Amino acid sequence: MKERNDDFVNRRKHLKDLSDKELKDYFYQLADRLVDPLVKQGYESTSKSIERSILLRMGFSSIESKKIVDMLGEHDLLRKGAGHCVYRLAKEKKLDIRSSGIALGNGEYIEFIKEVLTK
Amino acid sequence: MKLKPNEKLDIRHILDDLENYRPEKRGWTWRKAQPINLGGFEYKQASPSLDKFVPLQAANYLGGIDPQPDAVITAEIASGRFEDDIRRMRMAAYHGADHIMVIRTAGQSHFDGLLEGTPQGVGGIPITRKQLRAQRKALDYIEEEVGRPINYHSYVSGVAGPEIAVLFTEEGVNGAHQDPQYNILYRNINMIRSFVDAAESKKVMAYANIAQIDGAHNANATARDAWKVMPELLVQHAINSVFSEKTGIKPENICLSSVPPAAPPSPDLKLNLPYAVALREFFDKYKIRAQMNTKYMDSSTREATVTHVLNLMISRLTSADIQSTITPDEGRNVPWHIYNIEALDTTKQAMIGMDDLLSMVDIKNEGYIYDKKREIQERAILMMEEIIELGGYYEAVEAGMFVDSGEYPERNGDGISREINGGIGAGSVIRRDKDYMAPVTAHFGYNNVKQYGSEFVDNPAKLIDGCTFEKPEMIQFIDELDESDNVYLRLDESEKYRNSNLVKPEVEWLGDGVVTVDLFFPISRKVAKEAAIEAGKRMNLTDIEVIHSEVLHPSEGSRVQIKGRVNFDIDVSKLTIPRELDTLSEDEIFDYVKKHPIKVVAGTGGNDEHSVGIREVLDIKHGGVEKYGIKYTYLGTSVPIDKFVDAAIEMDADVIMMSTIISHDDVHYKNMRKLHDYAVEKGVRDKLILIAGGTQVTPEIAMKNKIDQGFGRGTTGRHIASFIVDKHKEMIRRAR
Repeated sequence: MKERNDDFVNRRKHLKDLSDKELKDYFYQLADRLVDPLVKQGYESTSKSIERSILLRMGFSSIESKKIVDMLGEHDLLRKGAGHCVYRLAKEKKLDIRSSGIALGNGEYIEFIKEVLTK
Repeated sequence: MKLKPNEKLDIRHILDDLENYRPEKRGWTWRKAQPINLGGFEYKQASPSLDKFVPLQAANYLGGIDPQPDAVITAEIASGRFEDDIRRMRMAAYHGADHIMVIRTAGQSHFDGLLEGTPQGVGGIPITRKQLRAQRKALDYIEEEVGRPINYHSYVSGVAGPEIAVLFTEEGVNGAHQDPQYNILYRNINMIRSFVDAAESKKVMAYANIAQIDGAHNANATARDAWKVMPELLVQHAINSVFSEKTGIKPENICLSSVPPAAPPSPDLKLNLPYAVALREFFDKYKIRAQMNTKYMDSSTREATVTHVLNLMISRLTSADIQSTITPDEGRNVPWHIYNIEALDTTKQAMIGMDDLLSMVDIKNEGYIYDKKREIQERAILMMEEIIELGGYYEAVEAGMFVDSGEYPERNGDGISREINGGIGAGSVIRRDKDYMAPVTAHFGYNNVKQYGSEFVDNPAKLIDGCTFEKPEMIQFIDELDESDNVYLRLDESEKYRNSNLVKPEVEWLGDGVVTVDLFFPISRKVAKEAAIEAGKRMNLTDIEVIHSEVLHPSEGSRVQIKGRVNFDIDVSKLTIPRELDTLSEDEIFDYVKKHPIKVVAGTGGNDEHSVGIREVLDIKHGGVEKYGIKYTYLGTSVPIDKFVDAAIEMDADVIMMSTIISHDDVHYKNMRKLHDYAVEKGVRDKLILIAGGTQVTPEIAMKNKIDQGFGRGTTGRHIASFIVDKHKEMIRRAR
């Protein structure tokens, strides 16, 4: 930021008559305004790490999760959810969850699941 | 496995069958804060004592008590080898740590994914499933041994945060650092990615009841004048705390990492106390993790310790739910065993010493401290207003608003600036589609589970019959990936120190051979440092380094501490170990003497004018036998041997204590024998306890010369009183 001198005395004019309680309430109102857009973005977005963390919870190892997420990422399928792809493939092809994930990590059924989820 | 105090923890046992080990519990545990009575004292800010502990040294005079403060106390342990860290954790637990924080190896936050196996780290350990599980397993044993739950802690940061949060939940990690601002400002990880990942990480941590510590304290470690960053610290705390609450973490698990920013020779309390008050007033629904100052630490462990005690005073004048400990050697190396323990003892000592301080002093709500506190709060609010004006958090970071060395609103133009679309992981965030779905527990955000049936909405993992959080048997355990860098190779290398009679001095790793030598030279510091290195060489040390030096006077003298490595092993089976004297508890001695009054006659025997030693084991002032109610008559110095026995008969004494020094012609041995013979001659040997003492006296010499017991260097009144009581009991038994 550009250098500037301490102008606290001028800037604080609107705060100086607030009670301690009012000051604290105002602090949290500002905090909410700062944070709400960040929370909303988190709600609507995902990342490779989030998707890998989902696969870990589904019983895949770190190495398997990485492979599956990289493969699905290459095919623009992470927006559907990596766990979703694994679950749906298992359901469609009557596989267990682990076999389904390992297959996707090896590049099998990718076009199939893409077809199913983006039709 | 049940640990016993006199047995080492077997690291190989910890590693055995690790793939099937499950942590005993999840989530954070606070101490049971409650008033306690101990040793006749009442403590208000305290918690129940441990089953096994090492008390402060002064406890020797206070019945061996080890009162525990109310706050959870942290030890940060990071030698780079988790197997050596486990031993240190056990030592730390005995000294009162119930929060063990494991520092990650340099570079882990930029690793895109999880690490596996047990490679060695730098300045910390690579956090892997195997290392976490081994350490948690060890802590499960250790907490049972000391009788108090131990919280295990590491870091959910970097570009693999959500995976690490899942790993921590699965492996029973109880506390974690999580603050996206840390990623952004200090690790240059893309800001959007950091917040998106943080939302998921926090949701997972909330599920596992993991206590969260934020990263705000890093701002004072980074800013040029740490105390000027105080208003910004409130802003950073607010951003992470409110974000955490909105992503699911309960306020009581949100801990603000707060460091008193200043240190002497600046006016410590005047700068730090108003800030501590401002913080606790605004953030009273959250917990405070009181960190100690690291910013102004250099190589002096003494100076660091004093700063840390002042920090502890701030904790006691305000509040601390988790009290961190910084090792006094952190300014010069990765912490060593001894300094972790010193830091814990410093903390326990100061917190117990300042117990209930606020029942005696008040912090004023007017004048300097009020005005200053309010000013910090208002400056923080002004900063938040400007962040919003600039368009929000991301824009403000890009503008370089954070970690500027000016006290807000002053700006010096030297803040850390990051581009919104720059840094590691830039452009890696993906928008979820309308049918996005994740069939697992504790997933944050939009999750269209409903497309597969509304019965799954409240429990998405039901779609796959439960995930690893409900069914830990689903977890995939990877053992080792690197054949050339793993724990087994390291254990083999140091094995000869593990199950043998060989020992070597150590600071952090078994058999590392490192020692320190503390030297004074009557010369300038510059020359003294070189002289110290030369001294180390002549002591046959290798890898010599100066670790500390200070000027006592520019020309009259300098102090230098060096470290170096010794290249020998010691075979303990070849050492002569002096027999340890048994001591009874103070209460036992008191009670016995009360019921069986005991009288002593004492003096220095033969031609011996040295009376200091015997006065010390007699007088109440020095903790001598008098302290326990034993009555004594001091016959003076150079007492003829027969006079000891005559006086004992005359005064109906039970004990003779004769002090003697080494002299030519073995006169002291002869005097011992003479004392015994004369008592026999007088027919009172059976009724008398004969004790000889002196710097060169050993029990063996004394008993060889028919004396009941000999006491040498290092003897205290308690040793002698314990012996007298035991012997007296034996004599009564025999008389029956």
